[in-house]
Amino acid sequence: MADKLLTRHLSAYFGKVRALNDINMAFPENRITAIIGPSGCGKSTLVRCLNRMHEVVPGARTEGEVILDGENIYDPSVDPVGVRRRVGMVFQKPTPFPTMSIEENVAAGLKLNNVALSRAERARIVERSLRHAALWDEVKDRLNRPGISLSGGQQQRLCVARALAVEPEVLLMDEPCSALDPISTARIEELLLELKENYTIVIVTHNMQQAARTSDLTAFLNAGDLIEFGETRQIFTNPGRRETEDYITGRFG
Amino acid sequence: MDTSQLLHTNKQYEEELRGLRAGLLKMGGLVERQIADAMEALVKRDTPLARQVITQDEEVNRLDLETDETCIRLLALHQPAGSDLRFITTGLKITTDLERIGDNAVNIAERVIELNEEPQLKPYIDLPRMSEIAQSMVKDSIDAFMRADTALADEVIARDDEVDGLNHQVYRELLSYMAEDPHTIRRATRILFISKYLERIADHATNIAEMVAFMVKGKIIRHMDKKKE
Repeated sequence: MADKLLTRHLSAYFGKVRALNDINMAFPENRITAIIGPSGCGKSTLVRCLNRMHEVVPGARTEGEVILDGENIYDPSVDPVGVRRRVGMVFQKPTPFPTMSIEENVAAGLKLNNVALSRAERARIVERSLRHAALWDEVKDRLNRPGISLSGGQQQRLCVARALAVEPEVLLMDEPCSALDPISTARIEELLLELKENYTIVIVTHNMQQAARTSDLTAFLNAGDLIEFGETRQIFTNPGRRETEDYITGRFG
Repeated sequence: MDTSQLLHTNKQYEEELRGLRAGLLKMGGLVERQIADAMEALVKRDTPLARQVITQDEEVNRLDLETDETCIRLLALHQPAGSDLRFITTGLKITTDLERIGDNAVNIAERVIELNEEPQLKPYIDLPRMSEIAQSMVKDSIDAFMRADTALADEVIARDDEVDGLNHQVYRELLSYMAEDPHTIRRATRILFISKYLERIADHATNIAEMVAFMVKGKIIRHMDKKKE
C-alpha cells in the first residue's frame, strides 16, 4: 500500500513549548490510522499539522516536513488553503454552521473555495456527499431545515458530508465521536470503514476500543513522542513497547 | 507474570485479575492433590481415599465455573488488551484443562475402587513413575503460567514424550498378561485405563504449557509439532 501522507522529522511548538518531537510516520493510502495517547500527548497537534491547521493558532509553528503525494505541504510555494481542501477535517464536537440549512452546510466548503456551480451540479454534490456520510435518507426531505436542527450524531455526519463535498483525499478526524452516544458512534465507525475505500483516514481517539475496532494501524503518542506505530491487531494484543503495554492495559501513571 | 509491572489504575480490575490468578493456583493445587491421592489409593488399595478423590472434584468444578465467570466478566467490563488480554484468555482455557485433569483423577479413583474388589494383578512400577511425571508436569505448567516462565513451559512439553513412552510400555506388558490368561482381562483393562488417564493428564499439562508460550510471547505454538497426536 502506497503512503499517501508521511511526516519527516516533524516537530510542533506552541511558543517555546515543544508539543511534538521529531515525528516520523507514514499514513498508507486507503487505510485508517488511529492515533492514541493520554491527554496532552500531542495527538490533536499531530493531525492539525497534517493539514496546516496548527499554524493557525497564534505563536504556533512547525519544523520538519509533511509529505502529501510526494510534495512537502510546508514548502513556501504551497498554498495552505489548497492543502486543507485536499486534507479535510472533522472535529470533536459537531460544528455545523448555525445559520445555514443542511444543504448550505454541505455546500459551504465549495462556496468558500469559490467553486462556481450550477444549481443542478450543486444539488448533485450535496446528495452524493450526504449519501457518502450515510445521512441522505434521514435528511433528504428537509434539506432546507437548519443544520443545527439535527441530532448530535446527525450533525457530526453532516460535518463529514461537508468535509467530503470538496472531495478531499485525506480525512482527519479529531475525536469525532467523543460527543456522541453509542448508536451514533457506531454509525460513524461504520461510515469510516466505508469511506476508507476512497479516502485515507487519520482518526484521533481517546476511546481505545474505537481505535481497536476501526483502524488498520495504530500510533501511540506520549509526551510528544511517537512511542510505537504498527498494525492495530499487534498493538492491542502484543505491543512491542512497555509504555504502550502500560497504556492499553490501563496501567498509566 | 512480571511482578515489577505497574498496578492498574482501576483498583477493582487489579483486584479481579489477582482473584483470577489465585483461583487458578488453587485449582492447580487441588487437581495435583487429586492425582496423588488417586494413585496412593491404587498402590495402597485404599477405597475410602479413592472415594475422597471423587468428592473433592466438586470443589474443582466449582472453581472452574468461578474462573469462567471471572474471565467473562473481565472481558465484558474491562475490554482488556495486551498482556492482560492474553492472561485472561489463557486463564479461560487453562481452567478447562485443569477441570479435565480433575475428571481424569476421578476416573482413576473409579477404576481403583473396581480394582480393589479383586486381588491385585501385579505390582505397580511404571504407573507410579508415570504419575510422578504427570504430577510434576501439572505443577510446573501452573508454575510456568504464574511466573510467565517459557523455559519451564518448554521443559513440561518435553516431558510429555516420557509419559507417552511409559503408557506404551504399560500397554505391552498388560497385553502379555491378557494373552497368557484371559481371567486377567477385567483387571488388566482397568489398569490400562488408568495408564491412559495419566497419559491424558500429561497432555492437559502440555496444553497449559503451550498456552504459557502464547501468554508470554503472543505466539500460538499449538499444533506446530506433527509428531504429537
